[in-house]
Amino acid sequence: MIALDTLLIDKILWTPLLIVLLKVVVVFVIGLLATMLMVWFERKAIAGMQNRIGPNKTGPFGILQTLADGIKLFFKEDLIPNRADRFVFVLAPFLSFVPAFLAFAIIPLGGDFRNGNAGEVTWFGQVTKVQLADPPIGVLFALAISSIAVYGIMLAGWSSGSKYPLLGSVRASAQMVSYEAALGLSLASVLLISGTLSTSGIVSAQSKITNWHFFSTGILPFIIFLIAATAELNRPPFDLVEAEQELVGGFNTEYSSIRFALFYLAEFMNTVTMSALIVTLFFGGPQPIAFGDFVFDIPLIPNALEGTIWLLAKVLVFLYIYIWFRATLPRLRYDQLMDLGWKVLIPAALGWFMLLASQRLARQNDWNIILVTTSAVVVMVGCYLLLQAAFSQSARQRETQGPMF
Amino acid sequence: MEFFVFVCAALMILVGAVGVITRSHPVHAALSLVLTLFGVAVLFVAQDAHFLAAVQVIVYAGAIVVLFLFVIMLLGVDRVENLRTEPLTSQRPLAIIVSLGLIGVLVAAFVRGSDALHERGEGINIPDLTTGTDANTTQLAESIFSQYVVAFEVTSVLLVIAVVGTVLLARRTKTVVAENPK
Repeated sequence: MIALDTLLIDKILWTPLLIVLLKVVVVFVIGLLATMLMVWFERKAIAGMQNRIGPNKTGPFGILQTLADGIKLFFKEDLIPNRADRFVFVLAPFLSFVPAFLAFAIIPLGGDFRNGNAGEVTWFGQVTKVQLADPPIGVLFALAISSIAVYGIMLAGWSSGSKYPLLGSVRASAQMVSYEAALGLSLASVLLISGTLSTSGIVSAQSKITNWHFFSTGILPFIIFLIAATAELNRPPFDLVEAEQELVGGFNTEYSSIRFALFYLAEFMNTVTMSALIVTLFFGGPQPIAFGDFVFDIPLIPNALEGTIWLLAKVLVFLYIYIWFRATLPRLRYDQLMDLGWKVLIPAALGWFMLLASQRLARQNDWNIILVTTSAVVVMVGCYLLLQAAFSQSARQRETQGPMF
Repeated sequence: MEFFVFVCAALMILVGAVGVITRSHPVHAALSLVLTLFGVAVLFVAQDAHFLAAVQVIVYAGAIVVLFLFVIMLLGVDRVENLRTEPLTSQRPLAIIVSLGLIGVLVAAFVRGSDALHERGEGINIPDLTTGTDANTTQLAESIFSQYVVAFEVTSVLLVIAVVGTVLLARRTKTVVAENPK
């Protein structure tokens, strides 16, 4: 049986077991701390963008505001509506909270990936990786977890026994299921280039800046992944799940106290995880920035620890981008959201994947790569025109016959 | 250890399967189905079929049951069904016949394939660390896209036909324009 951690292969001894337990605790604590700081960071950054001050009372720069909010929520009365389905109502927050933490387990959090190293470090005489689990299916685990996360939101809305939360959760499930397809297809381009599913393998493949999948897959998969990930996270501009103006509050309207806090926590934890996943997939994760033979090396710090610093820096950039999205972009209408997902992102991701695949086949078989690319582009343009013809035909029919459904 | 995992997964599968049948509430039945699917995924992992386990969770638990739930919620049938009323009168006898036939087929398959339970067949090689962590996925891809490519393509055509058929069936042909166009 392949162990998820190289430590657990042979006989299980005390030291490896304790190291794994330590990693579990550390990853959990990092998750909670990151969420707490992310909430503060978001409020502070948005306040800055909107010319306000933001939280500034609790702790230095208001950094303990989230802790105060959490304690307040913890001691509030826990309500269960009369018409709620009690079991599912109680279960839903956990279905949302647990996947958020599970997905973080596969992110390489540091380690030395330079010069073909596999990011392994030696702790207490044991060789291990600075990530909780490195399953052979790697990235697919993240996809599986994100598809499970739908349940939390969906069941929360349904079990509340109230109309607006139900509408919010039906929206959410439709949105998340549709964008998952675009997410998976843009991910396929990365997997095609890196040739492995394991997250540490994907990181090792991106040793130089030109090898970063952001460049080597041709930027488009990254753009699609970023948009689809934002939709998957239900963050603005895709936060139709909790559109206050239309749905009172969204799927979590009926939740209060610690159950509400769990949803809130899961939402921000998912943002952190998704940013870390984007960095891992497209920007080399813990790899330092390197052109050719030149490496940006932080002096005095060992390479393994430096990986963590690089990862943190890159993740912060993406967290800031998410906050920036929220402060600047207006919310999409529901039909615009669905059109963007099904008619733009999925065909684009699929077409780009086919283009990359044809190029790879050409390189393997020594075909003329320019010819192959040109013909692939011609085929794609043909497909695009056909698709446009189909869209305009359906638009015309809708005008003459009214909506079909 | 393997036995322990098997017992846990088997319990999950059985409890879920019984739940699907006995819960009268559609949403609870769908959730029990998720439990069963997860149990199967755990068994796949225990058999080193990591890719199958991931696909099981992504496709079945993550998409298909979500769509079930979506339809249940959207159509508003999330009430406890009254089992006394019978919309199709011949439904129950037919169901008994079909399930007896299914049991027969399954028993026949078990009897025929019982020797495979004792020794491992010549199926896909189980990857270990010497063949790399992606061996599992690579072997599956090779057998799907070379050996069974025709069956694979035929299946995808079948799915497309099913989708097109559903759209055609669900589509209301409106020949008369609505009286008050907006």
